[in-house]
Amino acid sequence: MIGGLFIYNHKGEVLISRVYRDDIGRNAVDAFRVNVIHARQQVRSPVTNIARTSFFHVKRSNIWLAAVTKQNVNAAMVFEFLYKMCDVMTAYFGKISEENIKNNFVLIYELLDEILDFGYPQNSETGALKTFITQQGIKGQSQTKEEQSQITSQVTGQIGWRREGIKYRRNELFLDVLESVNLLMSPQGQVLSAHVSGRVVMKSYLSGMPECKFGMNDKIVIDKQGKGGTTEDTGKSDLGGGSSGKQSIAIDDCTFHQCVRLSKFDSERSISFIPPDGEYELMRYRTTKDIILPFRVIPLVREVGRTKLEVKVVIKSNFKPSLLAQKIEVRIPTPLNTSGVQVICMKGKAKYKASENAIVWKIKRMAGMKESQISAEIELLPTNDKKKWARPPISMNFEVPFAPSGLKVRYLKVFESKLNYSDHDVIKWVRYIGRSGIYETRC
Amino acid sequence: MPAVSKGDGMRGLAVFISDIRNCKSKEAEIKRINKELANIRSKFKGDKALDGYSKKKYVCKLLFIFLLGHDIDFGHMEAVNLLSSNKYTEKQIGYLFISVLVNSNSELIRLINNAIKNDLSSRNPTFMCLALHCIANVGSREMAEAFASEIPRILVAGDTMDSVKQSAALCLLRLYKTSPDLVLMGEWTSRVVHLLNDQHMGVVTAAISLITCLSQKNPDEFKTCVSLAVSRLSRIVSSASTDLQDYTYYFVPAPWLSCKLLRLLQCYPPPEDGAVKGRLVECLETILNKAQEPPKSKKVQHSNAKNAILFEAISLIIHYDSEPNLLVRACNQLGQFLQHRETNLRYLALESMCTLASSEFSHEAVKTHIETVINALKTERDVSVRQRAADLLYAMCDRSNAKQIVAEMLSYLETADYSIREEMVLKVAILAEKYAVDYSWYVDTILNLIRIAGDYVSEEVWYRVIQIVINRDDVQGYAAKTVFEALQAPACHENMVKVGGYILGEFGNLIAGDPRSSPLVQFNLLHSKFHLCSVPTRALLLSAYIKFINLFPETKATIQEVLRCDSQIRNSDVELQQRAVEYLKLSSIASTDVLATVLEEMPPFPERESSILAKLKKKKGPGTVSVTDLEDSKREGGELNGGGERGPDTAAMAASNASTPSPSADLLGIRSAAPVGAAPASAGSLLVDVFSEAGPAAPSAAVNDDGFLSSAPPSEDPAPPLPEADELLNKFVCKNNGVLFENQLLQIGIKSEYRQNLGRMYLFYGNKTSVQFASFTTTVSYPGELQSHILFVQSCSCMFRNQYTSENWDTACYSTSPIFAH
Repeated sequence: MIGGLFIYNHKGEVLISRVYRDDIGRNAVDAFRVNVIHARQQVRSPVTNIARTSFFHVKRSNIWLAAVTKQNVNAAMVFEFLYKMCDVMTAYFGKISEENIKNNFVLIYELLDEILDFGYPQNSETGALKTFITQQGIKGQSQTKEEQSQITSQVTGQIGWRREGIKYRRNELFLDVLESVNLLMSPQGQVLSAHVSGRVVMKSYLSGMPECKFGMNDKIVIDKQGKGGTTEDTGKSDLGGGSSGKQSIAIDDCTFHQCVRLSKFDSERSISFIPPDGEYELMRYRTTKDIILPFRVIPLVREVGRTKLEVKVVIKSNFKPSLLAQKIEVRIPTPLNTSGVQVICMKGKAKYKASENAIVWKIKRMAGMKESQISAEIELLPTNDKKKWARPPISMNFEVPFAPSGLKVRYLKVFESKLNYSDHDVIKWVRYIGRSGIYETRC
Repeated sequence: MPAVSKGDGMRGLAVFISDIRNCKSKEAEIKRINKELANIRSKFKGDKALDGYSKKKYVCKLLFIFLLGHDIDFGHMEAVNLLSSNKYTEKQIGYLFISVLVNSNSELIRLINNAIKNDLSSRNPTFMCLALHCIANVGSREMAEAFASEIPRILVAGDTMDSVKQSAALCLLRLYKTSPDLVLMGEWTSRVVHLLNDQHMGVVTAAISLITCLSQKNPDEFKTCVSLAVSRLSRIVSSASTDLQDYTYYFVPAPWLSCKLLRLLQCYPPPEDGAVKGRLVECLETILNKAQEPPKSKKVQHSNAKNAILFEAISLIIHYDSEPNLLVRACNQLGQFLQHRETNLRYLALESMCTLASSEFSHEAVKTHIETVINALKTERDVSVRQRAADLLYAMCDRSNAKQIVAEMLSYLETADYSIREEMVLKVAILAEKYAVDYSWYVDTILNLIRIAGDYVSEEVWYRVIQIVINRDDVQGYAAKTVFEALQAPACHENMVKVGGYILGEFGNLIAGDPRSSPLVQFNLLHSKFHLCSVPTRALLLSAYIKFINLFPETKATIQEVLRCDSQIRNSDVELQQRAVEYLKLSSIASTDVLATVLEEMPPFPERESSILAKLKKKKGPGTVSVTDLEDSKREGGELNGGGERGPDTAAMAASNASTPSPSADLLGIRSAAPVGAAPASAGSLLVDVFSEAGPAAPSAAVNDDGFLSSAPPSEDPAPPLPEADELLNKFVCKNNGVLFENQLLQIGIKSEYRQNLGRMYLFYGNKTSVQFASFTTTVSYPGELQSHILFVQSCSCMFRNQYTSENWDTACYSTSPIFAH
């Protein structure tokens, strides 16, 4: 179980220190600072063992969150808790920064008392927390006894993430499919590794206690339906603007929000749930097959003598011409002994950034099925070092309005039997965003 | 140092450094550095030549980046270019970069050496100094090769500036330390020595460091420096504190130079020339006098400088060890420091006194401080000071105060720090033995020692007490009584049980008359400790029991009962089981006569250097060892040390014994660190049995003879046993073949094989010399009844080859193979 939780700034100063168990002493705070934050070599492992004490840390911008324990805990549980903690803090005061943490000092301690009890994680659902931990100070008299008892029964009840009696004039829900595509490609264009990790994020403003059902083009479901001969839904709920014509995708693994009934998913593979109010992440998934790679990078590097290097890079967009990719950035590494760079590009802006040892080429917008090119001349300073340049891969960033995994939302049905609104009265919005993760091509 | 003089301040560098310092994170720092490196690269690449100032600035930045821990792989060329600049700051930065970043890049080294050569031959003293500093800082072999011949010339040249001479002397010292073979003083020697007469004190100070180092390697060449050093020292010592202006430090004239001079003199014996010696003695007296004067300043620096000279002077006095007057005065001075409130001074005083105590002149003077030292041992807060006090007590101990000192050390042991306990125990043991007037006191002391610091008493200590008790008839009864009483304590240390078991087994009869310590009482007392002991101790106790059967036939039934019980006769430990079985059989089969012969009292041990002393030497650092050595060799003549003290009969016995050392006697000696009865020891004796009796299965009593049963007949070894032979013998515990004996002339190998009741042994003799051995004979003697068992002896005599090579064993060997059966 978690023995304590510390939050440090980038200098290693402790901002928040909350110890839950006696086996964690004051020196644990310093041990983490000395051995991880100020370590000579950068510590890459998120779990560090120092003197029989385990430290699990995550880093958010310049802030370090570290959970400490002397026992043999489930590391996945600890990290899940740390991420939840980040989500909760973000939901309360926005970006996690040193200033925000200092300004919300009391609030954080209050939250820590609530979501972790003697080292055991408790309810960390933002919606539920917000009903009784507020930033406005003590509500005092305005809260009646019934309301308080309601809170108790809700928090300890079966559906801890949603309270009763929510009412909206307009029932609305937003569905975001956010994906990040990772790629490593050889100079010849062979895919060495590729995968997509995606999230389905939902924002719901629904009255009462609605029962929802979510459907997508999961291969197993589609195949099952294909056998049963019921094809009623096809085409009808094609809300997205995906590009491929394929019908179904194979999901490698997925995890769900606690509101999803797992027994039903296991037996029927249908995703049904009573959603929390507000924003939350419905599911996370990963796919590795049949990924649509939005861009292809074709590098060409030529060494001219010892003091010159010629680089030519072509990028090709590979999706429907009607769609527009945004925020495209190509990063071409330069050798360490670069003394001067000349760049010519047809589109966008390119610049040599000495501080990062790379040429950065930025394009604001680019439609599908297009091609663009950059060429650069790099002058080198002869050195007495015989080390050869390692040629790091060319990396790329972008954002496209479709899901590179091919995932499509087929339906999201809402049932609320007690209140009188039907599935058709709910306004639904779906959006697909595909972003680059680590998208690299060797050169 | 005018690194950044006015108007020359490198603003770009300052901005860069402050940028780096303001970086919030490591990533930001790396980004800033990458940017700067790119900038410098583009500047160095640029076609237009850079002016000296910007070159200096960029090289400086590179140096800063390097010192931050990043790799620098360019800019060396620009730094070398800076060396040829005429501006001091530019040259300085160039040299700095080279000293820090130079690597063995051949072409650059050539350029650098060229630049240095130019600077050395220039007439500009600052440039010469820079070049010399660079050579000293790099100090590589290449540098030494290039400049080792050049620098002495600069050092002794008449027109060299003083500051350059200083640098040259220190630079030469550095080169000499890194590659002494390249620095050949030869013709420069006398001129270097004469630097001691230089007008400039700085030059003298630098030169004396060099001379000290050189004269340590070849003292004869630099002999002349003694008289010069003495005159220099006397000039400094007699000067008033204001005479030397710059070189007076808190009213003390040239303290560093004085210390170095005194240290140089410590490399040489006292000067033979009477005048020089007189002058030196005068100096030393003046220094001792000055220590008595009231301090001229209350500052700590003043007293530090003064005391530094004083302590160097005292170590010189100790080094000479020929001036009784000075030694006594030094001792008195140190006596004052013993009560000083500065802990460091007390420490130094104790340390110096420790060496003083070993001098015959000042030994008595040191002894007068015994009370203070004992007090220091008890009250000092710092453990290292206490340790020095203990050392000093050890050093000042002689027959007159041994009792007091040993008693004090014993009482200190109870509270002593764990780190020094073992050493203290050894010291007490040595002192007690060395200065024992009556041996009952010695026995008391050692038993006390075991009682107080049981865990820290090493094997050697209790071996030694047993050796002494066995060798001296007069203490045996007393020892038995004391041990018996000591064992009465409900909890006693295992070492105590070992000593008790051994002594009661040997001399229990001496106290058996008293009904309070009747045989059965003795046995029950020993056996009550049996179950609490480790295996080696139990083995020893079993041997004690069988001795009891011999000494007191009335205990036979009880002891046989004990031996017969399952926990002994079926013990899981092989050694214990074997002993139990054999002793039981021996006691029931053998007649009393046989038993009496087998279990006879141990013969006296041969006299030898105390093994404890060897252990102490091993434990202590080399520095302190030499002190004890010195002291031992000095005392050997007069004082009671071992043999001389003991009765002539013991010595004679020991001597006769030493000529035919019984293998079992060795077990308590130096080389048997293993506990009595442990496998290697008993197996070692088995092997000697094999060797001497030529029978693989000697009578079982002798086989596990652990030095307690001396029944094995004194053996006539065919080969004269040599000390190293014992070590070789230990090898044969586990194998049948190997080298038995080896010296420069001869190698003897043994090979043996056994099948059922038959055994065969081959002896190989190898001639290691290049000449032929003439009339080489081997004599094999078969003691006792074994003779009748030998079936066959074949000896083929052949020539020893002149040329014997180790690969070609067969050609040079020669075999004797007796075959025997039982």
